[in-house]
Amino acid sequence: MKFTGTAHRYGRDIDTDVIIPARYLNTSDPDELALHCMEDLDAAFVSNVRPGDILVAEENFGCGSSREHAPIAIKHSGVSVVIAKSFARIFYRNAINTGLPIMESPEAVDAISGGDVVTVDADTGIITNATTGAVFTAQPFPPFIKEIIESGGLVERTKGSLPGRV
Amino acid sequence: MARPMTITEKIFAAHAGLEEVVPGQLIECDLDLVLANDVTAPIAIREFGRIGTERVWDSAKIALVPDHYTPNKDIKSAEQAKIVREFARAQGITHYYEIGCMGVEHALLPEQGVVGAGDVIIGADSHTCTYGALGAFATGVGSTDAAVGMATGRAWFKVPESLKFVIDGELRPGVGAKDLILHIIGMIGVDGALYQAMEFTGSTIAALGMAGRMTICNMAIEAGGKSGIIAVDDVTREYMTGRTERPWTEYHSDPDAVYARVYEIDAADIVPTVAFPHLPSNTRPASEARDITIDQVVVGSCTNGRYEDMAEAAAVIKGHTVHPNVRMIVIPATQQVYRDMMHTGLTDIFLDAGAAVSTPTCGPCLGGHMGILAAGERAVATTNRNFVGRMGDPTSEVYLTGPAVAAASAVLGRIGLPEDMDGGEHR
Repeated sequence: MKFTGTAHRYGRDIDTDVIIPARYLNTSDPDELALHCMEDLDAAFVSNVRPGDILVAEENFGCGSSREHAPIAIKHSGVSVVIAKSFARIFYRNAINTGLPIMESPEAVDAISGGDVVTVDADTGIITNATTGAVFTAQPFPPFIKEIIESGGLVERTKGSLPGRV
Repeated sequence: MARPMTITEKIFAAHAGLEEVVPGQLIECDLDLVLANDVTAPIAIREFGRIGTERVWDSAKIALVPDHYTPNKDIKSAEQAKIVREFARAQGITHYYEIGCMGVEHALLPEQGVVGAGDVIIGADSHTCTYGALGAFATGVGSTDAAVGMATGRAWFKVPESLKFVIDGELRPGVGAKDLILHIIGMIGVDGALYQAMEFTGSTIAALGMAGRMTICNMAIEAGGKSGIIAVDDVTREYMTGRTERPWTEYHSDPDAVYARVYEIDAADIVPTVAFPHLPSNTRPASEARDITIDQVVVGSCTNGRYEDMAEAAAVIKGHTVHPNVRMIVIPATQQVYRDMMHTGLTDIFLDAGAAVSTPTCGPCLGGHMGILAAGERAVATTNRNFVGRMGDPTSEVYLTGPAVAAASAVLGRIGLPEDMDGGEHR
């Protein structure tokens, strides 16, 4: 799968409370959650983001709570892929499990500025900064994780494996 | 003969049906408990419905605890809680806790004997790592992992590397478990243990009761850790005996087990500590925070809402009055803590001081309800996170401390230590 969009660039330790503040966790409606995505960090994000745009951040993206509302809000805000230097582990699992594409590439993050147009090939891991022409390769996923992604998420993979389970 | 393993590796090997595991290995494990709350369970229940199985894997090994927005904050949260309640009834979930027996999940489940040593537990709540204090592997996951866990009793894991924290010596007077874990998070940073298991050991840990051990393991996630764990000893056994409902298994790290890093900490170096906004790693000695005036104090949460925490705060505030500029909110984490506080007189101490004492709820810790901050307001809280907007308005601030500093700060109207207070009967 290929994605092209404008980069929205943030710093390190972007926590799940700023991705989706807890005051909105009294609902699990994806479209409602998307209306408040990144609200406490960048109130203009929701009005600026366009379908296909790319979220770019530094280390430890998604730290804090286990709320799956965070990847759901990001996905339904229109973001196609998140590129970070590293991901907090619960967010990493949640993104894989729910089908939000994520890529780890410290080099790409350093070479992308907010507003750059970026193209990502999720199959090959190739990240291209179309604005500057720079090309990077993200860390590949282990085969097991790839299997979940290719199944379309953990629920889809589980459906396939249920009858044979021990 | 299997390779030397850490306690975490041994628990994983046993639950994956393998003789040994190595860090980095991807495995599927049998689960002993799957947990979710009123925020995460509704999505888990929705995803469970998509899997295509009618019944949960084991209705006795799922815990549903509506604790975040309950007693229901508003109509929307009432609808969320209703989804959980109806699912629990339909599936015959044994460990569903309605208002009246509900408590903050990570205080409640150990207290009620639902978790025990040697377990593998996933919870759709990041502070699930608390149960490591009982010698279990426990980690936070999202709702989808919880849904699949509820359906299959299994989950996938990457075997983590382990970090060993050896803490030796006696803690100074007035220094507690919260100061110790804040000290460690300040030392290694909010991603200092990313993807790793944090194993705590040493004479300081051995001298701590279960409440303090749970405070420490609870905050492993604030260092990015996958889990926190403390091996079973007599303190753990005494706590679990007559309480833990399933037989437990004790695992201990081999002396020659491999750790990614070993940290040696002298307990005497730890002082009363405050985490300044907006990261739990932004720590300073409380003695250097005395110019910070405050509007609210919260004593409670899965980090510091147990009886011992209430007793620590009460010992400081006894005979004093909450500062006129401060709202002090005390939230016992479970009904049992609430009842014990009444019987031993702690509730009277707080009420006499002018504090509000609430029914159990996560409430203000996550900015849910029961003590939300207005723009620019500052709170001292015994909770676990101080991210932007965590307790209310994005311009409000949360300072994390242990119960003693929180109680002293409530009286002083600023961040301070028990010794800063005049008169009264404090230590």
